[in-house]
Amino acid sequence: MSKHVVVIGGGVAGLEAAGWLAKAGFDVSLVEKEETTGGHINNWFKLFPDRRVSGEVKKYLDGISINDRVKLLTGTTLTEFSRNSDHFRLITNHGKELKADAVIVATGFDLFNSARKEEYGYGIYDNVISSADLEKMFRNGLITMADGNVPKKIGMVHCVGSRDEKVGNLFCSKLCCVTAVKQAIEIKENIPESKVFCFYMDMRMGGAHYEELYREAQEKWGVSFIRGKVSEAGETINHRIVVKVEDTLAGRPLKMELDLLVLMAGMEMSKDGRRVAELAGLRTGDNRYFAPEDHHFGANVSNIEGVFYAGTCTAPMNITETISHSRAAVAEVTEYLKSGLD
Amino acid sequence: MEKFGYTISKIRQIDYDSNDRSIADYIASGEPSFLKCIECGCCSATCTTGNFTRFSLRELNILIKRGENTQVRNNIRKCMFCGKCILVCPRGVNTRNVIALAKQAFQKAELYAV
Repeated sequence: MSKHVVVIGGGVAGLEAAGWLAKAGFDVSLVEKEETTGGHINNWFKLFPDRRVSGEVKKYLDGISINDRVKLLTGTTLTEFSRNSDHFRLITNHGKELKADAVIVATGFDLFNSARKEEYGYGIYDNVISSADLEKMFRNGLITMADGNVPKKIGMVHCVGSRDEKVGNLFCSKLCCVTAVKQAIEIKENIPESKVFCFYMDMRMGGAHYEELYREAQEKWGVSFIRGKVSEAGETINHRIVVKVEDTLAGRPLKMELDLLVLMAGMEMSKDGRRVAELAGLRTGDNRYFAPEDHHFGANVSNIEGVFYAGTCTAPMNITETISHSRAAVAEVTEYLKSGLD
Repeated sequence: MEKFGYTISKIRQIDYDSNDRSIADYIASGEPSFLKCIECGCCSATCTTGNFTRFSLRELNILIKRGENTQVRNNIRKCMFCGKCILVCPRGVNTRNVIALAKQAFQKAELYAV
């Protein structure tokens, strides 16, 4: 008999954790609320910084997580979470009881709902879309305005829902800058005659190859970067978008008309993550993400013995970091249970 | 006539869509490294002219890109072409050539305007 670990969440973090738990000899139940696994990766077309097709990552994750040791429970959420002496007792929405020796929480993130920044007009003006909407267009191979025409002048607003006290998110989502750069390049590839403008507060290009991608966007694709946060977007009578921004480097206010405005939505603790936190009594931080016990040595460790965190349920992370974080969670489980065997 | 001291203030807003950015296009086609500027200000920090007068190459770069040409034309003459800015630029912008091309572009524009 192998020891049994429940993984909550079937996105990148959960699938990676499940795969590595299986490799280590544990039996795994993977709980996923949707009917399919993969999470956000299913909504993205190509990934930064190397423009890998996201389907490749899904294929890799399926490759390590689909096996006899991993039991996949899709369309499943948890209704009860309790601990009885040496094991956890979880009840699913289908009334099924799961007995677990350890639990990995991998509930991921929610994309910030851009409509909450009402001044940008998402859901009000037809030609204001989110970064996720743009990915959908990339997947369909057709970038259009609401009237079906091809946009020639596109603006990208950084930090929508991040670094913004007004929406209660003080943190930096850290992936939106590089996503904007990647998407700006993709727009230029699709519509070579277009002009693309990125409105940013700071360019946070901290990851491997991000800065090089930024440079490529300027040098090869002629993307313009304007330092200043857009204060508001309005609409002209012919449905073009007017943005107001301070060009902080020129020290002057600036206005510009655009065909399409793309809002770079940030990451937030997921709603389902918050539900799990409440259900299990897991500690969350001021940023609403799960609060690991130690930022340096216990990034996977929760306040409940035997429950560990993997991925973006603790902080914004890219896929590379998520995968490393998940493997570290598996190492914590292995140490906690000593070995996969009873 | 009595002067009451009222004036009409010129709008400070950059009207991007109305501005003429042909100078910027001219520079970018002759010196593509112009596009790589990230406005760090290193050039202005080392600039001899900038240390004695109100001259900032970083600011001029932005103004050229936005098509605020009047301010650029009046300012660009101050450059002495010493080239220290090229030495310090972290992005490898050929700043001296940017200025040379800007001057050239203004000269041409004036020539055709006549």
